[in-house]
Amino acid sequence: MLGLQILIDGFAVSALYGLGAIGFTLLFGVSGVLNLAHGGILLVSAVVAWLLADQIGAYGGAAAGLLAGIAMAFATYLLVVRPIQRSRAIPHEEKEIFVLTGTLLWGIMIQEAVAYFTTTSPHTVRPLIAGVSVIAGVRTPINEILTAVLCWAAIGLMWLLINRTRAGKALLAASINPRGLTLLGFELQRIYLLVWAIYGVLAGTAGVLLGAFLGVSSENAGTLTASAFSIVVLGGLGSVGGSLLAAYLVGYLETITAYLISPSLRTIPALLLLVIVVYLRPQGLLGRR
Amino acid sequence: MSLRYLLPALALAVGVPAIADAADPIRIGVIAENSAISGIAIPNAAMLAADEINAHGGVDGRMIEIVAYDDHNSAADAVRAFQRAANQDKVHAVIATYTSEVALALQPWAGRLKIPTITPGAASDEISKRIHGDYEHLKYNFHGYLTSGFLAQSVCDAAKDLLTGSKLKMKTAVIMSEDAAWTGPLDAGYMTCLPKAGLTVLDHIRMSPDTTDFTPIFNGIESKKPDVIVTGISHVGVQPTVQWANQQVPIPMFGISSQATSSTFWKDTNGATEGVVLQVAAVDTVASTPTTMSFAAAYTKKYGITPAYSGYTAYDDVFIIADAVRRAGGTDPDKMVSALEATDYVGTVGRVQFFGKDDPFTHALKYGTDFVSGLVVQWQDGKVVAVWPPAVATGTLRFPGFVKVAN
Repeated sequence: MLGLQILIDGFAVSALYGLGAIGFTLLFGVSGVLNLAHGGILLVSAVVAWLLADQIGAYGGAAAGLLAGIAMAFATYLLVVRPIQRSRAIPHEEKEIFVLTGTLLWGIMIQEAVAYFTTTSPHTVRPLIAGVSVIAGVRTPINEILTAVLCWAAIGLMWLLINRTRAGKALLAASINPRGLTLLGFELQRIYLLVWAIYGVLAGTAGVLLGAFLGVSSENAGTLTASAFSIVVLGGLGSVGGSLLAAYLVGYLETITAYLISPSLRTIPALLLLVIVVYLRPQGLLGRR
Repeated sequence: MSLRYLLPALALAVGVPAIADAADPIRIGVIAENSAISGIAIPNAAMLAADEINAHGGVDGRMIEIVAYDDHNSAADAVRAFQRAANQDKVHAVIATYTSEVALALQPWAGRLKIPTITPGAASDEISKRIHGDYEHLKYNFHGYLTSGFLAQSVCDAAKDLLTGSKLKMKTAVIMSEDAAWTGPLDAGYMTCLPKAGLTVLDHIRMSPDTTDFTPIFNGIESKKPDVIVTGISHVGVQPTVQWANQQVPIPMFGISSQATSSTFWKDTNGATEGVVLQVAAVDTVASTPTTMSFAAAYTKKYGITPAYSGYTAYDDVFIIADAVRRAGGTDPDKMVSALEATDYVGTVGRVQFFGKDDPFTHALKYGTDFVSGLVVQWQDGKVVAVWPPAVATGTLRFPGFVKVAN
């Protein structure tokens, strides 16, 4: 009974972690950007969905949250990342650190703005489907099942897009050899726009689902970035498969700890695992370099 | 520059006390976390009180001026704000914070800088115990909210009438509190008074305020099969409430839930708070005193939401300080302390008197039906309905369908 409960809860939490992390890792793999405003973007999607659900219903709110995620992704790229990448004043070898700092500050600005307008109290998005269903004796909110299904649907769609479409294959190529791609006549700028759009959809979906499943507060923005970052490092920077594997490892480790040891020690074993992996296998579980 | 202009300028530069004093406003510093519901209620309510006092001519012709500072719920920021308030902005009194950790950090500073200071929302028993332990230095501090021990007592008194002595016939409870300074004495109080009220305590859970997934906690509680979950939550609130409702945990929640004291909690939880029972100092729908409802109405009109619990006490504290200045004949800190100690004021939360130097809870609010005792309300259909004490109750307990109680 408890085992089944852990299996079900861990699955949903891990799916959500996975969805939150693969956008982050894809962005790094394709364009070399570590977006430290990631948590802020998730936060805005959730808050917009929460705010608008009253006026336009739960589905309308969720759609608005998704759109907000896409808008925030483009804002991050066009207002913060691209100006740094194009700047002539910043030496080329320092651009990565500038992008890191820029997105970190941008994330703090987003967090403070959300706190200013909607307080630091957590907000929870109205679930698309309320109620519970009993799976083999375990009372599970239907919203939790829906979260897992939607996460995997989004992940599946992303996989199809990347592996089965021409634009997706260009993305993949950009992550392997951007110079070669430009020699073939592809414009890197358009590929970057595409990857930020995909990132926006993934982050927006993750934000809305997270808001409905656990709730978010402006104070969580940093933690959300950190959790995506550690999952991605654990799985191997830039590796989508590695991130999914790491998301499930972290999700289940946390759930098992919370149920069998203590909820207040929830994150500790996963962090220890991260330290061990970084020490023994710095490229991450499925990393390439 | 001609002499005609130079003279007034000189007078300004050296200060002309005789003229300045008559119009010199009484400055009250307000230090709180502006981005939290329980925090922002403090300056909001204080400004409302100042406006009312000033509209009636102020205190002996002196106007009240509120100087507000945001402490971001950080003790370090609060101490800096306090120093600035005292040294630069020259405030005569301070109303500060709903967080016990922050209130405790400010205590020595109120003593060093000799600024009478009242906390309208922090609860830890340590606040008044420390004043008792070092009266000479810390006497400038006043605890303007019920101590955790009294809060626990209030919850137990209500539990005895509503849960064990009623048709619900409850027998067992699990305590669920957040890990913070104010819940230490609260939980100790629960452990002693719940059994006396007829509830056997089956388990005692202290959770991290950073918790976001409460499923394992509720799961663990459910496996103990208690009749009720007795809560001690303030910094968390939305997430446990929403997850309690979404997961349809069949056990009622009863106790302290500070965030649930404001009307925004209904929207913040999308109505998941339906059926939650909580202890409050005052509420907009119950005339605990003649001023409770008029204050709540004025606050709601001005700010669009009902005041959080700390709003009621912060509003009262401005009047209490003004009253003390009037009786002390000015803003001399030691005279103000003596005047505050003699406070006997009927505010929005009840009749306010502070315990004296020799009581173990020096300068804490007196608890009891003749003083401040609080009431217990339940969220029903988007509104809070008073269910205890019987004298003010306007409704009876009614739980959502998923909560299993004996009827």
